[in-house]
Amino acid sequence: MNVIVCVKQIPDPASPGELDPSTNQLKRDGKLILDESDSYGVEMALQLVDAAGGGEVSIISMAPNGEMSGMRTALAMGAVKGVLVSDPALAGSDALTTAKVLAGAVQTLGGADLVIAGTESSDGYTGTVPEQMAELLGLPSVTFAKSVKVDGGALKVSRQTEEGFDEVTCPLPALISVTAGVVEPRYPSFKGIMAAKSKPVDTKTAADLGVTAAGWAGAQQAIVEVAQAAARQAGEVIEDDGETFNKIVEFLDGLKVI
Amino acid sequence: MADYRPPLADITHALTTVADLQSILATERYSHVDVDTVVGVIEEVGRFMAEVIAPTNRDGDQIKAQWHNDGSVTVPPSFITAYQQYVATGFGAMPFDPHFGGADFPWITAIAVQEMLNSANMGMALCPLLTQGAIDALEAHGSPDQQAMYLPKMLTGEWAATMNLSEPQAGSDVGAVRAKAEPVGDGSWKISGTKIWITYGEHNMTEQIVHLVLARTPGAPPGTKGISMFVVPKFLVNADGSLGKRNDISCVSIEHKLGIHGSPTCVLAYGENTGAIGWLVGEENEGMRNMFTMMNNARLSVGLQGLAIAERAYQDAVAYAVERRQGRAIGAPAGEQSPIVEHPDVRRLLMFQRSWIDAMRALIYTNAACLDQAKAATDPDTARAWRERADLYIPLSKSLCTDVAQETTSAAVQIFGGMGYVEETGVAQHYRDARILPIYEGTNGIQAADLVGRKLSMRGGGVIFDELDRCASLADRLHENPSMVTFAANLRSAADTCRRATAHLGETATSDPATLLSASSPYLRLLGTTVCAGLLAEAALKVDGSTTFGAAKITAARFFGEQILPAAEGLSGAVHASSEDLFAIPVDALI
Repeated sequence: MNVIVCVKQIPDPASPGELDPSTNQLKRDGKLILDESDSYGVEMALQLVDAAGGGEVSIISMAPNGEMSGMRTALAMGAVKGVLVSDPALAGSDALTTAKVLAGAVQTLGGADLVIAGTESSDGYTGTVPEQMAELLGLPSVTFAKSVKVDGGALKVSRQTEEGFDEVTCPLPALISVTAGVVEPRYPSFKGIMAAKSKPVDTKTAADLGVTAAGWAGAQQAIVEVAQAAARQAGEVIEDDGETFNKIVEFLDGLKVI
Repeated sequence: MADYRPPLADITHALTTVADLQSILATERYSHVDVDTVVGVIEEVGRFMAEVIAPTNRDGDQIKAQWHNDGSVTVPPSFITAYQQYVATGFGAMPFDPHFGGADFPWITAIAVQEMLNSANMGMALCPLLTQGAIDALEAHGSPDQQAMYLPKMLTGEWAATMNLSEPQAGSDVGAVRAKAEPVGDGSWKISGTKIWITYGEHNMTEQIVHLVLARTPGAPPGTKGISMFVVPKFLVNADGSLGKRNDISCVSIEHKLGIHGSPTCVLAYGENTGAIGWLVGEENEGMRNMFTMMNNARLSVGLQGLAIAERAYQDAVAYAVERRQGRAIGAPAGEQSPIVEHPDVRRLLMFQRSWIDAMRALIYTNAACLDQAKAATDPDTARAWRERADLYIPLSKSLCTDVAQETTSAAVQIFGGMGYVEETGVAQHYRDARILPIYEGTNGIQAADLVGRKLSMRGGGVIFDELDRCASLADRLHENPSMVTFAANLRSAADTCRRATAHLGETATSDPATLLSASSPYLRLLGTTVCAGLLAEAALKVDGSTTFGAAKITAARFFGEQILPAAEGLSGAVHASSEDLFAIPVDALI
């Protein structure tokens, strides 16, 4: 079974990020790391290939520069090869262009039995790329997968919903988006890191994939305003008079969680 | 306790700008490694230590290692899962022999891994630290069979190892060891005796524990010349490598300590029942010499623990200083409570820690680089020069970094105020954990004696004078930078003071050993601080001051040169004083 995982490389969330004042976009010109929300997809892909008893995991990524640190992490975890679409003309691309690029990258690899993406990236949160890719590739799409099994050529997915989860069966090949926390991503081992150095990463431009890079000008999305997050409200302190549980029930009821 | 943030930029700076990793990797010996790979590994190691190991540090302190009535010892449950993940990463094997699963990376890269492991959880890190010492000993002195049997699983960390030196009457005085080894006749030996202070002597973190034990064979000469080293596994190992019968080793108790509660410190009884089976490592009566093989690495690692815990405590202190609001800082609007980081005296406490951390990292990483250069040099004279510098640095690294860790962790507690003295913030743990460091692996007094006893006489003091010449020429270069003239003057002056002190002790060495030893600790502090200032000066000259990072490095170096170095120079009086007043008050009157 061959699986392709879409991985985004993002600025380290542990370092203070900076917005480009002209575009209101996060600056991404420095070092980029593997988006944690994609590490679940990589781990799930490795487990599925392992369970299938054969095949390989490939990764695809789009970055404004030639940065590969994040991809190296995924390769060190066990993916065998990658495609990086690196093209300055793609800076400012909207979700649809990103989906076209990544769909093109999937095709360069000759497709796969399964394409996995994160539900949304940790630095952009548009959350629409996986479905757009599925449409472009003509694949069935299952979103919010919390557990995935392959059973006799069909995919069995438990799909997270607000009430619980749906049991979905879908034919392969397919594209799924996985939620964070569904599996415990492994840490790259020393041997894995050393092996990743020699794993091939093919670098492509938008033109290589036949995608017109529209950049800022052609983007169908724009960030119109950036505002400070509201300061956190002071909490309410309730003195326990022996009846506090009623207040807690009231509070939770107010939040509509019970 | 704030989350641990691996100081990747600082470590990379220490590796490349301070210790010149590039020149180590340019040697043929290490040509299979490149800087990018090292940096890539260090980044993944940092993430692993921060996310997996660091969160277990509080459990170590609070749940503690526990001794049970059946003689078993358990560590906190979180230690076990985290340690298993550590084993799975294989990071521990990096610097060792590829025949046994290592990758033959330079020692300095292992130092970077160890720094982060120790910052994350020093109590847990002691287990791999002891294993690493035993690996060194077996790599150098074990028979091919012993190496094949033990090393592969010790390199991965699947098996842990211990060093058994101390006995109730034999602490710093290892020559007083009484444990016995009697030949069985089939090549094995029966070991009997009681060993104390055995770090990770018994625990449930690994399936096997490989004990290296010092004992006396029948008719062995007294003192250190009659000590042999034995490998005594917790479980005898079958021919196919599987674990067989339990050996006759029991854990009688564990110590209740001031700190490092996660690390079990055991009293081990060998051969109480059927006799503990062991095998001789190396030659009979050469146990002490075998021990010295790993002594440099072990002492360097303990110095590194001083740096590591100072770093962790500093991170906690900064986080608190930024968050905690008290009083109004100078220039702050009326009515505002300012973050305490804005108060000058709090800044002083932070800068004191920060500049010492830079200094300790420079010293330790340079020390490791000297060991690697000595190993890699093909020309004997070059190798000897690196070896001498490494040997000089070892007591400085061990003593200075562990003494300073007392002061910097104390400064971190001070920043927390009353909240630092109560246990809930976690900063007190660092202060308590750090206190063992000047004691074990040769007390700092013994390090000072090593400095004035063995190191001072190397090339008739020439090794030390070379180091001071280096400091003086750095002072000249530093002087050309207008913002560094005070630092430059102080460095030159400290180097001169050290030169006079060294000459004085060289003269006293044979005629007045009491005075020599009385002066040893202040001399170590004086020399070590001056060497650190030289290393910081060198790095400040190389770093790009136009970046925020580079500018901070230069500032911390200047702070060290202007505000820390002069205090060390003040120790000159203690170095030149006679030992008379130390002994002038009769013991009866001391009581």
